[in-house]
Amino acid sequence: MANLATKKRYKMVLFSRVLQGIIPHSILAIPLIVPVSMLAWLIIQAFSDRVTIGLIPGHFTFDNFRFLWEKIQFGTSVYPNIWPVMANSLFLTLTQVGLTVIVSSLAGYAISRMRFPGRSSMMTFIIALHAFPGVLMLVALLYILVKLGLYGKGFLTLAGITLIKTGLEIPMATWILKGFFDGIPWEVEEAAFIDGCSKFMAWRKVLFPIVKPGISAIAVFAFMSGWGEWILAYTYLKDPRWYTLPVLLYSCIGEFKYVDWGFLAAMALFYLIPSLIFFLLAQKTLLKIQLVGAVKG
Amino acid sequence: MNISTKTRKNYRQYLLAFLFLLPFLLFVLLCWIGPLGTTILLSFSDAKYVLSRMSYAGFSNYIKIFRFDLYVPEILKITVFYIGCVLIINALFSFLLAIMVTYYIKHEMVGAVYRVLWFLPRMLPTIIYALMWIWFIDPDIGLLNPILKLFGFAGPESWILQKPFSYILLVAVNGFIGVSWGMLIYSAAIKSIPISFFEAAMIDGATRFQIIKEIILPLLRWPMLFVTAWQTLSLMGSYGEILAIWGSHGTARAAGVDVWALYTYFKAFALGDYSYAAALSMILVIIGIILILIYFKIFGYGRLMQST
Repeated sequence: MANLATKKRYKMVLFSRVLQGIIPHSILAIPLIVPVSMLAWLIIQAFSDRVTIGLIPGHFTFDNFRFLWEKIQFGTSVYPNIWPVMANSLFLTLTQVGLTVIVSSLAGYAISRMRFPGRSSMMTFIIALHAFPGVLMLVALLYILVKLGLYGKGFLTLAGITLIKTGLEIPMATWILKGFFDGIPWEVEEAAFIDGCSKFMAWRKVLFPIVKPGISAIAVFAFMSGWGEWILAYTYLKDPRWYTLPVLLYSCIGEFKYVDWGFLAAMALFYLIPSLIFFLLAQKTLLKIQLVGAVKG
Repeated sequence: MNISTKTRKNYRQYLLAFLFLLPFLLFVLLCWIGPLGTTILLSFSDAKYVLSRMSYAGFSNYIKIFRFDLYVPEILKITVFYIGCVLIINALFSFLLAIMVTYYIKHEMVGAVYRVLWFLPRMLPTIIYALMWIWFIDPDIGLLNPILKLFGFAGPESWILQKPFSYILLVAVNGFIGVSWGMLIYSAAIKSIPISFFEAAMIDGATRFQIIKEIILPLLRWPMLFVTAWQTLSLMGSYGEILAIWGSHGTARAAGVDVWALYTYFKAFALGDYSYAAALSMILVIIGIILILIYFKIFGYGRLMQST
């Protein structure tokens, strides 16, 4: 009788052990089927001629990637191949990275290190900007583009979009860098002053090398944000010659959705590769940046 | 004499700080203050189809929102439903995920893999994410309906258009993006709880569930409030994925996924009613500013600085 009770109890313990092992994994893993299967599809579809019931590949082919050397055509727009569009995307992204790094490291340094009237209200203001969804002002931004003479002007529109995108992300980048500057002890800087450095020299020669990890962090962040930028370009760019990759891809989704999934997947994969590489290389940094605040939903 | 040199030195310092801040301030002026002022201006104008010519129209746009736009109550309902449901995922389900990944998964490596995979949707460019969903829900070649069939459910002909399904899709699409942020914040908060708390509880014979309920949950009250507050704000303005997946005004309206920000977008860029769209976005801007002020009050300036 006693034996039976122990056995029963033992079974209970075992049961709860197993349950404690299974439940966390199923909660964590089951919803992941969705994004993981999506990514798997994208890769499989890009390299095979035909895919059945979601994920079963047909024959391997590289034909879906013909946009790398052949012309792309939809509606009345024709591109010789994908590279001009890639160049537009690179222009937007790299300009954003450059501007973000320069502007936010100057501002982050000033806010972290210099005393000036209105410094603390400035910090409050930056947090408020950082929390506020800037995309709500898309109509007004259009007005500003029009007034600055940048709307409907081909390359100038792309440049305007780059400036706007940079400006929308700069409060967050500044805030991140301010945090990095805060972490540097004052003594480092004082030593530089004693050695006769000016403020600017101190910033360039002494502090800049120390905050390099911070700078590379915001550079990665700016790259991801610029490379992924779609809504501004989609809304304001009307001239297909200056489309960026996501805008082109979106037009192609509308055009080829029921016709050529292989082509869409290949182009998507081509566009995704830089983001994916950065994500895998810098995921620790990116996670750390995310702790500072959500920029998306 | 002494005082005046000191002031002069102060002024030089202020000037230097100003110079360092100047590019930043210019960007803020161009992309935040300018647009905010312009939104206010436009909302009191009658700009339609073109932005170059407009005249003062008083409160007529606002009166139209509250009195005459029959669609506004429905938009409001959809927006509240959208934000509410996604918040449940982003602030509560993410808590569950954080507990699981930090507290139940013993293997360091396995936990890291889970974290990265959960982060993936957030890191994908909007259009890639949208394309993946467009494929996933496709009734002919997508994976969702076959999976549902496996469990004996019949998926709809169109996830985009058929109503209860389009709601589910709306919440799922944005839930997958937002959930990882809460998970990250909570994981960091749980990890910062001193181990001695857990040890003491274990010695007292507490079960895991008791530890979660008595130690972790009370200590995570602030992070939870913070995540909820922050996410409410960003959800008000997150419509990029909805726009990309549903595509057009008609489709979004038929599917019932026309949230306030998206309605504003279509009013401006599909219908050209710029002044009305500005008034519509002004409502969200005002709600946003009020929310930010409330959050500053609740969290206190210092606490907000710490948690960010």
